[in-house]
Amino acid sequence: MASFWEYANPLKFMRTTDWLLPIVTWAAVIVTTVGLVWGFFFTSDDFRQGSTVKIIFLHVPSAMMAINIWVMMLVASLVWLIRRHHVSALAAKAAAPIGLTMTLIGLITGAVWGQPMWGTWWAWDPRLTSFLILFLFYLGYIALWAAIDDPDTGADLTAVLCLVGSVFAVLSRYAAIFWNQGLHQGASLSLAPGTRMDWAYKAPLYTCMVGFGLVFVALLLAGTRTEIRARRMKALVTRERMA
Amino acid sequence: MMPDLGSYALEVSLAYVASLGLIGLLALWYWLRGRVVRRQLEEIETRRGEANG
Amino acid sequence: MISLLTRDLRLALRAGGGFGLGLAFYLILAVLVPLGVGPAPATLALIAPGILWVGALLACLLSLDRIFALDFEDGSLDLLATAPVPLEAVVSIKALAHWLTTGLPLVLISPVMGLLLFLPSEAYLWLILSLTLGTPALSVIGTFGAALTVGLKRGGLLLSLLVLPLYIPTLIFGAEVVSRGAQGLSVSTPLALLAGITAGAVALLPFASALVLRINLR
Repeated sequence: MASFWEYANPLKFMRTTDWLLPIVTWAAVIVTTVGLVWGFFFTSDDFRQGSTVKIIFLHVPSAMMAINIWVMMLVASLVWLIRRHHVSALAAKAAAPIGLTMTLIGLITGAVWGQPMWGTWWAWDPRLTSFLILFLFYLGYIALWAAIDDPDTGADLTAVLCLVGSVFAVLSRYAAIFWNQGLHQGASLSLAPGTRMDWAYKAPLYTCMVGFGLVFVALLLAGTRTEIRARRMKALVTRERMA
Repeated sequence: MMPDLGSYALEVSLAYVASLGLIGLLALWYWLRGRVVRRQLEEIETRRGEANG
Repeated sequence: MISLLTRDLRLALRAGGGFGLGLAFYLILAVLVPLGVGPAPATLALIAPGILWVGALLACLLSLDRIFALDFEDGSLDLLATAPVPLEAVVSIKALAHWLTTGLPLVLISPVMGLLLFLPSEAYLWLILSLTLGTPALSVIGTFGAALTVGLKRGGLLLSLLVLPLYIPTLIFGAEVVSRGAQGLSVSTPLALLAGITAGAVALLPFASALVLRINLR
């Protein structure tokens, strides 16, 4: 049985997540449910925004996670390129669809919130534009993974794409700020970050942020386990074919 | 039980339904794919085990 | 290296190299937009800077997959990778050849396109200048995308999905230069940023492209 190709680290990961995954999953379900139920049922309406203020409990955590997941993928890609740690590359692969979903949730909740508040589903505001661009970057990353057969080549290429893409994503962010200011001076539609928020909103919002973070970790662990198994399966099948 | 959402009831519930639906779909997909891959791997490993005696 | 450049140029100019394709595409776009939007000069003048830049972007994209594909198929890319010339230099030369056959003709033909789209006369200088400064970045970024997808069958569509998001900063600053020029505003800030992106991309991206190419060839 010579099938212990670089097995040490993935094996340890599988053993650890065997008991960790159920814990994280339950924590994610409980914290997110508490946060959202708290936000949806037990907060009062804002005097200006009415009940739409409740969308914040979905919008802000998902938007935050959309960016955090990209950063996590960037770190994982770097670890893979430098240390050749297989779990790291597979974790980056498993994270991408979650990031895409979070970006989509951020965009959808933003549109649904924007409709009654600004009178439009969409505005080419720098923040919204940057998020749409982030969405495109996620799509490209996932498409590249899907297109390549060899797992190691795929890991290398997507890692480089993630690095280069990060630089261009940041550039696009600043370009978008510059671009829109160039057209409409100072007419920013986004939420003023300086407005003080009451603790009645802050507490459920923070709960939701933690909950969304836990949801991400749970899905990430589950997805990485699947990717490790899929990779091992692929190696076994190739070996059988060669024998 | 349902709180009064006022005139924005549609928007707020739409946002919640869409977001939870997306997360649910994603979780379902990850779970199903995980199950399929695990079954296939187990099958291959038992086959190899038999072949190797 | 010079011989590699001349070889690439000759290959591109020969039949099947797709040399005229980008230009023809650019011209067709300039014909289609007025047909779709309507012939009103005021409207066309307003959207001309954006259309001209988006058109340049797409015309560039059209010939990207040819940068490495032919050499990959007949095996000469493997020879180039083992040649004494560093692969980074090869990649840069390839990008330069792509720019000379696609970017430069686009720059030269752009005034005619501006004429068709009623671009305000103050903007012509800025159109040519911004395209001259910006198209090298398009070629270099595109070379990176082509290197990423070189081994793939049906890589063309994937290539556009990967490369177009990377073109966004260049597009924003480039089109901003032209539209500000058309309005008679100061263009120095977007022009400097555009030049900065090009300089950074030309200096750094060949290393990423060469890295990716080595991965694809191993």
